[in-house]
Order: sequence, then C-alpha cells, then structure tokens
Amino acid sequence: MAINQDTILRVAHLARLQVSEQDCEETTSRLNDILSMVDQLQQADVGDIAPMAHPLDVHQPLRQDIITETDIRAEVMPIAPAQEDNCYLVPRVIE
Amino acid sequence: MQWETVIGLEVHVQLNTQTKIFSGSSTQVGAEANSQASLIDLGMPGTLPVLNREAVNKAILFGLAINADINRHSAFERKNYFYPDLPKGYQTTQLEHPIVGAGIVEIELADGRKKNVRIHHAHLEEDAGKSLHEDFHGMSGIDLNRAGTPLIEIVSEPDLSTSEEAVAFARKLHSIVTSIGICDGEMSQGSLRFDVNVSVRLKGEEKLGTRTETKNLNSFKFMERAIALEVERQIDVLEDGGTITQETRLFDADTNTARAMRSKEDANDYRYFPCPDLLPVNVSEAEIEALRDALPELPDTRKARFIEQYSLSSYDADMLAGDLNMANYFEAVVTQANDAKLAANWVTGELAARLNASDLNIQNSPVSATDLGQIIVRLKDDTISSKIAKQVLEACWNGEGSPDQVIEAKGLKQMSDSGELEKIVDQLIADNATQAQAYRDADENKRKKMFGFFVGQAMKATQGKANPQQINALLEKKLTQ
Amino acid sequence: MSLHDKSLTQLRDGIQQGDFSSREVTEHFLARIKKHDAQLNSFISVTEERALQQADAADQARQKNQGGVLNGVPIAHKDIFCTRGIRTSCASRMLDNFISPYDATVVDKLGNAGIVTLGKTNMDEFAMGSSNETSFYGPVKNPWDLERVPGGSSGGSAAAVAARLAPAATGTDTGGSIRQPAALCGITGLKPTYGTVSRWGMIAFASSLDQAGPMARSAEDCALLLQNMVGHDEKDSTCLNRAVDNYLSDLDNDINGLTIGLPEEFFPADLNGNIADVTRKAIAELEKQGAKVVSISLPSVKLSVPTYYVIAPAEASSNLSRFDGVRYGYRCEDPSDLMDLYKRSRSEGFGDEVKRRILVGTYALSHGYYDAYYLKAQKVRRLIRDDFARAFEKVDVIAGPTSPELAFGLGAKKDDPITMYMADVFTIAVNLAGLPALSMPGGFIDGLPVGVQLIGNYFREGQILNAAHRFQLATDWHTQAPTFAGDI
Repeated sequence: MAINQDTILRVAHLARLQVSEQDCEETTSRLNDILSMVDQLQQADVGDIAPMAHPLDVHQPLRQDIITETDIRAEVMPIAPAQEDNCYLVPRVIE
Repeated sequence: MQWETVIGLEVHVQLNTQTKIFSGSSTQVGAEANSQASLIDLGMPGTLPVLNREAVNKAILFGLAINADINRHSAFERKNYFYPDLPKGYQTTQLEHPIVGAGIVEIELADGRKKNVRIHHAHLEEDAGKSLHEDFHGMSGIDLNRAGTPLIEIVSEPDLSTSEEAVAFARKLHSIVTSIGICDGEMSQGSLRFDVNVSVRLKGEEKLGTRTETKNLNSFKFMERAIALEVERQIDVLEDGGTITQETRLFDADTNTARAMRSKEDANDYRYFPCPDLLPVNVSEAEIEALRDALPELPDTRKARFIEQYSLSSYDADMLAGDLNMANYFEAVVTQANDAKLAANWVTGELAARLNASDLNIQNSPVSATDLGQIIVRLKDDTISSKIAKQVLEACWNGEGSPDQVIEAKGLKQMSDSGELEKIVDQLIADNATQAQAYRDADENKRKKMFGFFVGQAMKATQGKANPQQINALLEKKLTQ
Repeated sequence: MSLHDKSLTQLRDGIQQGDFSSREVTEHFLARIKKHDAQLNSFISVTEERALQQADAADQARQKNQGGVLNGVPIAHKDIFCTRGIRTSCASRMLDNFISPYDATVVDKLGNAGIVTLGKTNMDEFAMGSSNETSFYGPVKNPWDLERVPGGSSGGSAAAVAARLAPAATGTDTGGSIRQPAALCGITGLKPTYGTVSRWGMIAFASSLDQAGPMARSAEDCALLLQNMVGHDEKDSTCLNRAVDNYLSDLDNDINGLTIGLPEEFFPADLNGNIADVTRKAIAELEKQGAKVVSISLPSVKLSVPTYYVIAPAEASSNLSRFDGVRYGYRCEDPSDLMDLYKRSRSEGFGDEVKRRILVGTYALSHGYYDAYYLKAQKVRRLIRDDFARAFEKVDVIAGPTSPELAFGLGAKKDDPITMYMADVFTIAVNLAGLPALSMPGGFIDGLPVGVQLIGNYFREGQILNAAHRFQLATDWHTQAPTFAGDI
C-alpha cells in the first residue's frame, strides 16, 4: 500500500511532527520503502489465528489500594521547561 | 413537522478509591497543584502502570448493580491524542474488552411511567489532569493531580427520548453509584460528568439523525438545559434546510449557550491499540460472587423496603431512598424519633427546603439526624408545638445548640399548665369583651370564622408556646360560658 | 595481567579478597575511558565523581565485611536506564537536559549488589537503530576497526566492553540490540525471557519487545550480572512473579546430550559463507562436547522483520508521545501556540530515524490501516511464537549466526535503512516470541568478530549460558582483545 504526500502530512499532524515541504518527498519515499517491505505480511495466511499482544500468556497483577506516593514537586518541577505556581506552563489551551 | 429526539449518555464516574488507577498517588481533591502527581502520573520516561484492585472491584460492583455481564477477561487499550492535561499522550482505557458488558437501568418518570434504559457497556479508564486558565497571564497552567483518577465510563444505548428521561436516567445512575459506595456523588467537583449525545429525526423515520455530543455536563440542571438547547438548535437547522455536523459541543452554564469545540476537531483518529504495559485482566467467578455478596442495598430495593417497613408513600420513598446519604439520614432520624411518618415529613419537607435554598447536600446538613430526631421527639411528647418545632430547627440550623438546649435557652417549652393558660384566656376575653360578646351572639358559621382571632391572641400572649389543643378547649369553654 | 584484562568475576573476587581496592579498579577504568573514549565515543556521560564515591563506599563496606555480591565492581549503564540525578538522554536531543528524578529497577538492583557506575553509554537514539549512528551524540566506533560501526542499539555498551573501558555493561534488546552489537564487537550479550528483568525506569521503545540484559566478555560474567538484574518487580506489571533461577550453579555442567536445533531459515543460501562456516565450526565444538545437532524449520520466521516493523513502530509511536515539551525534556523556543509547541519541540527534539518510525507506527495504527498492518502483524507474531514452541518440543537450544553480516563501515547504510532492517532477521524473531537468547564470539573474519546466537526455551537462560560457558572453556575467541587501547 503506497502512501502519498497528503497521507504523510496527515499522519505527521496526528503524530505532532512537522514535515517540511522539501522533506516531504524524501520522507514519503522512505516510508514507502518501509511499507513495501512490511507488505510481505500480506502473504501470510493467518486464518483465524488470534492476535498476540503479549509474548507470554499471563494476566495482570493487581495492586492494593494504598497510598505509596508522596509529593515530589521539589524534584520534578525544576526539570520542567516552564512552570509557575506549581503548574506546568503551556501556551493557552483553547477548548 | 413532528420531530423526535434520540438521546444517549456517556457518563464518567470517578471511583472513590484511595489511590489512582495506575499509581499509588492519593486521589484526594483540593490538594495543592501537582502535589499528588507521581512519576507515573507525570508520564515520566520509563514509568509503568500497575492496576489498582479496588478500581476493578468497584467497576464490577457497578456491573452487578445493573445486572450486567461481568467480563471474566478484559483488557486495556491506549487512546492516542495530544493534550496538555494528558501527560503520556494517550489515555489508558478499555475499548474492545470492557470489564462490564450489557446491562439495564430502570428509570421512573414523574407520571409514574417506568422505562428500561439499556447500558451498552461500562469500562475502566483514567481521568485526565486539569488546564487552568486564570492567573497565568495568557498561558495555561497544568495541574496533574486529577490525572490517573479511576473512572468508569458508562455508555447507554440511545434509548432516551426526552430531557426528562435523560435527567431521570442520570439521577438513577447517581443514586446507584452512591448507594453501592463506588463514587462520592459530588457533582460540583466533577465526580459524575455527563456527555450527552443528541440527534433528532422526523417522527416515523427509522434512521437515526446525525448526532452531536455535548461534553462534561456536571449538573442535572445543566444537562436538562443543554439538551433542550441542542434539540432546539438541531430542529432549527434542519427546518431551515441545513444539515447537522457531527461535532463535540461545550455548554456554558453562565450564558446558557453552547458552541462547537475547537481543539479536538482533528483528533478523532485515536489509534487505539492494546496497551503493551498492561496484561489482560482476569476475574474469577469466586471474586465476582464475593463482590455480589458484598453488594450494598440498591436504591430500588431500598425504596420497596421503605414503603413496606415505614409505610411511606411511593413519592416519599422515592425521595428518601434514591440518595444513600438521604436514606441513611432518614433512617437515623427514624431511629431517634421512632416515627417514620413524621421523620419523612420533616426530612422531605422543612429540611429539604432549607437544604435546597442553601444549595447543600444532606451530608452537609447543619442539622444532624440526631437533632432532627430529637426535635420530633419533643414534638411528639408535647414539649413543643409544630410551629415552635420549626423555630427550633432554625436555631439548630444556625448552630445555636442541640434542640433541648435551644428549647431551654429560648424558653420555648409549650405551656400546658391549665391553671396558667386559664388565667391567660380569662384575661384575653376580658381585654376583648366586645369581640367576645359578638362571638356569643353569632351563629355557628360566624363563630367558626371568629374563633381564629382568639387563638391568635392567645398565641401572641404566650409567644406561640401555648399548647394548641388546650387553648382551643379553654377558649371554646370560656367563650360560650 | 592488567586490571582491565580481568573478567568481571575476577575483579569481583579480587576486590572481595583484598587483592586490590574498588577505588583502584574504578580509577583504572576511568583513566582508560579518559584516554581512549574520545576515539570510540562509547560514553555519553562519565560519572567520575559519583563512581569514586561509590568505590570508596564499597571499600569501606568490604572492611566491615558488608557489601553485596558485586561489591565495588565498576560497570557502565546504557543511557536508556534512568539514573537519579544523572542525565538520562536515550541519546536524544529530546532528553539532552533530562536529569532523571529516579533510578531504574535494574540500576537499583545492581546498586544494591554493590556495583559502581562508571557512566552512561552511547546508543542509537531511543534504541532505534542497528549501527549506533542515530545517536544525538554522534556515532560509536567499533574498537576492532575504528572505521566501522559497533552495531546497535547498545553499541556504546558493546564497544566499551570490547575495548576494556568497562568490564561489563547493561544493554537493552528490542530486536537484537544486545546480541547484534555483542556479535559485531566480539563480546557476549544476553537478552533474557520477556518479563524476567523489570522494565521500570528503562525508557520504552516497544514495550512488548523490550528487555534488559547483561553485556560482558564471557557467558560466566553475563550470568553473574544477570543474576543481579532479574527478579519480580511490583512496579512492572509485565515482570513475572516467579522464583529467581540460579544462572551460576549450572554453568559448568557438561552438555552431553544437549539437543541443538539448526533452523534452515538461519542458514539461507545467500548467507555470507564465512559467517556460515564460523557458525558451523562453533556448533561443531559443542557437538564435540556431546551435544546432538538436528535440523529444524521455523517457517514463519522469514516474516519476522516485517512483523517487527509494524509492532515496534506502532508501540513506539505511542510510547514517544509523552515527549511533548511540557513536563521535561526539550522544548522549542517561543512556541506561538500549543500546536506549535508540540510540533516544533518534537520535530527539533527527535532525530530522523525516530521520526520515521513514529510516522510508520502512527500510520500502521491509523484508521483504515489497523487491520491490514497492526492486527495482521499480531497474528503473524503468534505464528512465529508457535514455530518456536514446536521446535522446542524437539530441541533444547536453537543455534545460528547472530547477524548475517560483519561490522560494516560507518555511513555505509545511511541511505539504505531497509537493508539494515533486514539484517536483524536472526535476532528479531526471538523478541517477537519473548524467548531468551545470547550472542557469543565464535571466531573472526578479516579481523572482525563473528557472533553465534544461542536461543533457549522460555526461562532457560541457564541452559544457553551453560552451553556458551562450555564453549568458552574450550575456545579463546572471547578472550581476544582489539589492539586498539591495548595499553593502559
């Protein structure tokens, strides 16, 4: 399944990545290389094989509902790119 | 043209666990910004989720309460989108394999009509943080304390056809989740939030119209208004020959208007896939049965019990049994007062009116159940009249002490000393000799009308404390002597 | 024998017996790093001050007869493991300024065992690559030939161990990222069964494939290091709660009767004949010691590369969404609005290969393509696992070459990523199935090391380490050192 530049731009937007106009062609061709390699998958006869999300057949352990975490602002706020009044700062969120 | 409305609800219910769904951070509301955001809640590189057992149990309890299928195997998926209050860039949720399958919620409408609303499923997921817009000079501040709070999202089938039904359904869900103790029910703090899917179609049309989703309504009143507004808007658009765009809308309670949301318009390709950091959740039959045994009384069962045990009317039972806190309060008053009828009258009458006027929940009532019970006790043992009882309630409401303290301090005890009352009545008749004579001269009909004047005078003279039965008897006797 | 020629096990014993102090050993390796790493570029951060503090603490502990089983032994950590108070970059501009507020479980466990951390090793950015050329900090050179790549993504760890700048190092393996650089640098590296080592604090690439493991010069050293990395961790839901195996106790066992399967798919007609020869000779040595060799087939393994290049990018596209310039890491200058903040921070913070894989993964998961790509890949993944399961009914160990090629020239595959992806064909299936596997030096071609891969059944790390150790008792490929940095 070959993809075109419009698809690349749509996917890049979904992934919040910029693809400049001059890079778009190269990116498209590289991605098409990868996708045509990946297209070998289409030969596989998977019949009614169940999809496998995890390598091992184990189930989710559950945690006790007990507070174990403490206030770590002193350690984590200083590594934020922008913060004020204990909040992370971003350009205004418009809903 | 005759239009018909189709409504479905998606309800987010915050589960009242101690800790978050995937981390050991507290879920307490009101803490300083980001003080309850752990490495996991912040989406730090390398951090991983571990599922909270209580969140799973509470979701199952809900499923049991609506007679739903509990899925023995459920799984988490990632819903991918970028938003500053979503630290990992995805929400961990359930899509293909939710923990709670199809169920039924019965609602009762004002006219007594009952209706079954089908629940499509309910799934576990994590709440997002909050974006704050005030005080950040044009920027937004992100507080991630709420990020990771466990939610169940309850998805109904589009079985509702009026805003009244939608509100009844929402109230019923509120009643269920608070009754089974999985949610604190604090609507104003967002503990329950409603997304309303609305579409309209011509009567008789089978195909559903295009729907819009109005998000994050956190009061029944707003929900009712938002639905009315949206139905009206859609009909206007269609009658003008327009078409409805499928969109997410925001309701502004202050202006009573709604508008389409801007930020998520392009984000509808969520790229769901199984969360590789979490394994399938298995629930055993034994675990489900243990939870079934522990399931608290459901609102419908409680209502039936109230009617049976306390001989309440269906209306009163509905009012008292619907809300767990209300029900507990009522039963505490009954225990104290030993009179269900009076307890019901006072709780649904005087107290409810006061709470309503002050916008308070029963659990924040300034008058405790014990105090209200005590007021009823004093009413029943003739220490006070019902008129004085209201005065005592007001004093208790204002924090002036226990009912007995108030009665004592204000000297509100009913005057039942017949000697004393007789003196007062004698004096009163003497002071109003003309009226007394007129009374004596009047016929039965006129007398009835004039009698009230003397009762009023007696009450005035005793500051309302006179035992009304005794006063009536005394007046009747003395006026006709 | 110079300190740097001693094995991890010898250094551990020497420190314990008081032959030399941890400080002496640590200073020695720090000096070697200082002297030689400018050429290799195998370290992103050298944590000299902290290493010396840890060494002194280890020496004091020894005097009080305290200290863990690896007391005072210095190693290096791949810069994908979070280390509290130390930059943890994942070789990305995105995390160039990221001082981790916490330690990964692996770092914690090894710390508790008494390990001294020399520094953080270079790698492919976010572990995406097989040549260590995608690092924001520049490529790592192969100590056997400074014009060639060390392999990747754990190329810094492999090069540092091969050059004797560290006696051992940690690595991570998503599609061969421990085994392939181990092969290309002539050291031993093991990827454990998925779920054996905690992933807490290991920056995720593809969560259902990632697994941390040891990289050292011998199987014995790998066993020693692995023993101190494994174990249940409540912080990782996918980390198994099972009794810890003893990898050291069975190392010396004879391998008489061990059945080794050679999959025809690992010896394709177009495989470099010299590599095939080296591999067969190594297997012949095991046969000589009593192992039985049989032919097997893993028919679905040929689809492992396309399967991997759907699943890994898909998971990565989601795992890397958290890098948004809001709470930590790189943020673009003066974002005009929220979209600008996201797009520029991510586009400037990630390198080309990372962005490519995010795009592939986003596409594979997007509406209309999920079934054709992601779901299909998940189904083929089960076929691959089932192939191995059938094989392990007949054999104890599966063997073959680790990589179909030798260390190649820097920049040689820059414009041909697909060829590079395809070269991971022998290692990738193991991650898809979640099996344990190691690479050990099996010989040399033109002065470049060749790795032999041994794949075990689930939780049979002990068995492949035993076979590798027996092989290394009889051969000296693993003791060869590159002439580079031969002096102190």
